[in-house]
Amino acid sequence: MPKDTGIGASSKRREDVRFLTGNGRYTDDINIYGQTYVHFLRSDVAHGRITSIDTSAAESMPGVVRVFTGKDFEGIGGLPCGWLVTDKHGQPMKEPAHPVLAQGKVRHVGDPIAAVVAESLAEARDAAEAIMVDIEELPAVVDMKKALESGASKVHDDLADNLCFDWGFVEENREAVDNAIANSAHVTTLELVNNRLVANPMEPRVAVGEYNRSDDMSTLHTTSQNPHVIRLLMGAFVLGIPEHKLRVVAPDVGGGFGTKIFHYAEEAFCTFASRQVQRPVKWTSTRSEAFMSDAQGRDHVTKIELGLDADNNFTALRCLTYANMGAYLSTFASCTPTWLHGTLLAGNYKTPLIYTNVKAVFTNTVPVDAYRGAGRPEATFQIERVIDKAARELGVDPIKLRRQNFITEFPYATPVAVEYDTGDYVATMDKLEEIADIAGFAARRAESEKNGKLRGLGVNCYIEACGIAPSKLVGQLGARAGLYDAATVRVNATGSISVMVGAHSHGQGHETAFPQVVAEMLGIPEDQIDIVHGDTSKIPFGMGTYGSRSLAVCGSAMVRATEKIINKAKKIAAHLMEASEADIELKNGQFTVAGTDKSVAWGDVTLAAYVPHNYPLEDIEPGLEETAFYDPSNFTYPSGAYCCELELDPETGKVTIERFSAADDFGNIINPMIVSGQVHGGIAQGIGQALLENCAYDPETGQLLSASYMDYAMPRADDVPFYAVDHSCQTPCTHNPLGVKGCGEAGAIGSPPAVINAVLDALNSGGHKVEHINMPATPSRVWAAMQG
Amino acid sequence: MYAFEVERPTSIADAVAALGREDAQALGGGQTLIPTLKQRLASPSVLVSLTGIAEMQGIRTDDAGLLCIGGGSRHGVVAKEVAANYPGLAGLAAHIGDPAVRNRGTIGGSLANNDPSACYPAAALASKATIVTNTREIAADDFFQGMFTTALEEGEIITEVKFPVPQASCYIKFEQPASRFALVGVFVAKFADGVRVAVTGASNNGVFRWTEAEAALASNFSPSALEGLSASADDMIADLHGSAAYRAHLVGVLTKRAVAAAK
Ligand SMILES: Cc1cc2nc3c(=O)[nH]c(=O)nc-3n(C[C@H](O)[C@H](O)[C@H](O)COP(=O)(O)OP(=O)(O)OC[C@H]3O[C@@H](n4cnc5c(N)ncnc54)[C@H](O)[C@@H]3O)c2cc1C
Repeated sequence: MPKDTGIGASSKRREDVRFLTGNGRYTDDINIYGQTYVHFLRSDVAHGRITSIDTSAAESMPGVVRVFTGKDFEGIGGLPCGWLVTDKHGQPMKEPAHPVLAQGKVRHVGDPIAAVVAESLAEARDAAEAIMVDIEELPAVVDMKKALESGASKVHDDLADNLCFDWGFVEENREAVDNAIANSAHVTTLELVNNRLVANPMEPRVAVGEYNRSDDMSTLHTTSQNPHVIRLLMGAFVLGIPEHKLRVVAPDVGGGFGTKIFHYAEEAFCTFASRQVQRPVKWTSTRSEAFMSDAQGRDHVTKIELGLDADNNFTALRCLTYANMGAYLSTFASCTPTWLHGTLLAGNYKTPLIYTNVKAVFTNTVPVDAYRGAGRPEATFQIERVIDKAARELGVDPIKLRRQNFITEFPYATPVAVEYDTGDYVATMDKLEEIADIAGFAARRAESEKNGKLRGLGVNCYIEACGIAPSKLVGQLGARAGLYDAATVRVNATGSISVMVGAHSHGQGHETAFPQVVAEMLGIPEDQIDIVHGDTSKIPFGMGTYGSRSLAVCGSAMVRATEKIINKAKKIAAHLMEASEADIELKNGQFTVAGTDKSVAWGDVTLAAYVPHNYPLEDIEPGLEETAFYDPSNFTYPSGAYCCELELDPETGKVTIERFSAADDFGNIINPMIVSGQVHGGIAQGIGQALLENCAYDPETGQLLSASYMDYAMPRADDVPFYAVDHSCQTPCTHNPLGVKGCGEAGAIGSPPAVINAVLDALNSGGHKVEHINMPATPSRVWAAMQG
Repeated sequence: MYAFEVERPTSIADAVAALGREDAQALGGGQTLIPTLKQRLASPSVLVSLTGIAEMQGIRTDDAGLLCIGGGSRHGVVAKEVAANYPGLAGLAAHIGDPAVRNRGTIGGSLANNDPSACYPAAALASKATIVTNTREIAADDFFQGMFTTALEEGEIITEVKFPVPQASCYIKFEQPASRFALVGVFVAKFADGVRVAVTGASNNGVFRWTEAEAALASNFSPSALEGLSASADDMIADLHGSAAYRAHLVGVLTKRAVAAAK
């Protein structure tokens, strides 16, 4: 029987009531008395030297409050990068300045040059058109390999070249890997591109800065996945505002997908400018601005080589990746292609030797940073593609080849520095074969062929490192912050509870799932518990939501805080029932004394805590509120196996996904419905990457070619099939109290290789000897591949 | 958007007068024009809305048997009302954009705009339609003059479009994956005196007739008549979504499919 409350129940998402009835309160819904509006004048060239800016005409336009340029930000910090990568020569990565408004140069289309603060948005826009900017255009670097050629135009004049870092991992293994590849019975080589994506959350970014002179307090309302991180970065590194004078609020946020993790220039601008003009300053991104100012995702160019012995056991893996950083280092740009990518290259397989070289490159494009999955989709794509290619070359069944090389014993220390605590890759593959009805594929293919269509089936596995992250470890790896999280459980006098959590919910359903955990622990109804998040003045601390960390890290903090509550409540109950604390049990919201029929209700205990007339004041304080910080001891390692089945129209190259199946192991599950929803959304994004989405720049001019939905294809409902998702294979995480692993990114990580493997299977079944096709596999690309 | 005034005439005569004002522009359903204004890519001082003009609404069959569609007719209305009479045209209208677009966008606006990837121009050209304006009647063959260019004079309004109804017809749109406009769209119309094939989405010169296919189909209206025939890739659009060769190839595939599905 499925449960109807607590852990394991598919409780309906309570937040959806306000989202679906138009009652969400998003940042753009915040309007403050006396508010002004800012419009950013952005570069329309990819690379150029600003020779002059004349704002005088703009300043005298109607409604203009003030015009800002880079000059106003001289002496103020630039946007920082949160992760220091040390390259293979022991050198720190290059960290060029990232000014709030351009100083001297513009480095990508959309780079903000000036900002007009005015009484209305229209007036700000009009005035921005009156700013005279002279830009001497410079050659743009777009292609990463060309950017590294000697003599290439330099994105940052003060650097020797466009190389941000040259990272080798595991550097000590390099020679051993070279030898193993050289001595392998078979080596499969694949060159591929992991296409650049635009995150496109439904809600574009918004920032409202507010300054109160009477208490010197700055408040930033912003569309962020992690308000405390923004307070830390902006307060400490950019504007120099101490924590107690800076409040960051991220109310309802309409999707993030990673791109709302980072600290952006517009946030710093609105906070800074509101202090300067002594009025609130609001910025609402248009969709067009989002295309050229939200950090973009992926953009790796990779060569991967897989060595196999005569029995088809994997012997070694060697990779070379060019990772595009864009024009500036965004907040976590440097860690995505390194520590979130290199450490996952073992995948689900016992490959004994692995080496990867990652060259991070500056180009005249929008900065690139973490996007749903961040590094792990890139790792998964290359591993799972090269395995499929190896299977075709060797004439073996791709599922069999995977199974043969699966890691089967846990814990398992990979050759790339991480230790998987639990997993059962055989079980998820067995489950996948069942739910995808792989046995029935041949018959379905025959049916498709009767209709003149090619049918393909593609399978892949994935592993990810979630629950980010053990602070000590990531500190050694270059993180400039800890990655623990925090929760305060505030029990009110009548027994209802507010839980202040550091995790931020922007679609994930925390407001529903987190109370299920507390309800389970206390045995009280879920609706007695509310979650508070997204405001640095209300929550204790928190590193926010990304890397599938909310439940695994913040949820664990919440469990710890709830345990403290239970301990204290038991003391109070013992006092009330005149019993020994050791004999007190809590069940279904009742405290009982073991072996007696004495009991006292949850509400009586909480009331006693706040009306301490009959209360052990000599031993414990009144009140019932506890905070816990939780720092995980390891990452969590969700894993799974995915299958895509599609039809391909050989006349047009158009691919239609007919079936998509996902068997995931997320460890223990709090709310199965929410988990399925996360997987559905992730797969839709993965299918988007595989078949539709393509952020393209003109290779000569650096102009963004896919700058709107007219050219950037997002997946629509009819692009995706009904999914078969299963998460019944559960190997609980061994090191967090809930045994949970995280499920937010799996779908986006696990689906692109399955789709491309299926496209290639379809093509090869039709006699087209195509070895690889780059994403997105659009009809025109598929057709071109068929032409040979 | 820049500031502008709006006029809402209720007759064609008043609309023509209003369009005589400096920098005035006609506003149909606004599905092309409004996004352009929002991007500040145009700055008319007066928008003359054509949606309140009763004379430009309504669909009828005239004495000569022509299907006459008011220039202000919305795509959704056309899709519904001509379904029985001219299924090829109804099918085309039913697949323009999404319901919101179809409930606002108009046939007159679409033809006047002559987007190289728009659907209606293919229907008008393949059906030998006549574009009726406030001053004259223009044959479709003379109306379309290349990407975003038509025979319309400044301030001239499309008031009606007259379609001869073919014996059989079909429009097949191969969607550009992002916009879902036509990457290539082919309209095939079979009349007693011949076959017309109009292609949209493919050419740098906008909608065009594939005359070789027309000739082949005239004597044998079946997909097999097109065997071995291919459209030339010269002057075809090449962009992110497909090469010129791919578009030329699609012209052949879609024409065959349209012939097979024509009814
Ligand atoms: C999301 C989306 C998807 C779309 N998909 C498609 C598609 O798949 N296929 C397709 O063909 N189109 C598509 N369109 C375009 C749509 O069909 C437009 O409605 C059409 O192109 C313009 O018609 P309108 O009435 O909206 O004209 P408006 O936008 O109002 O005007 C367009 C131009 O025509 C002029 N004009 C308007 N009416 C007249 C008239 N009666 N006489 C003279 N000039 C006039 C205006 O001055 C303006 O220059 C799409 C649009 C959107 C927004």
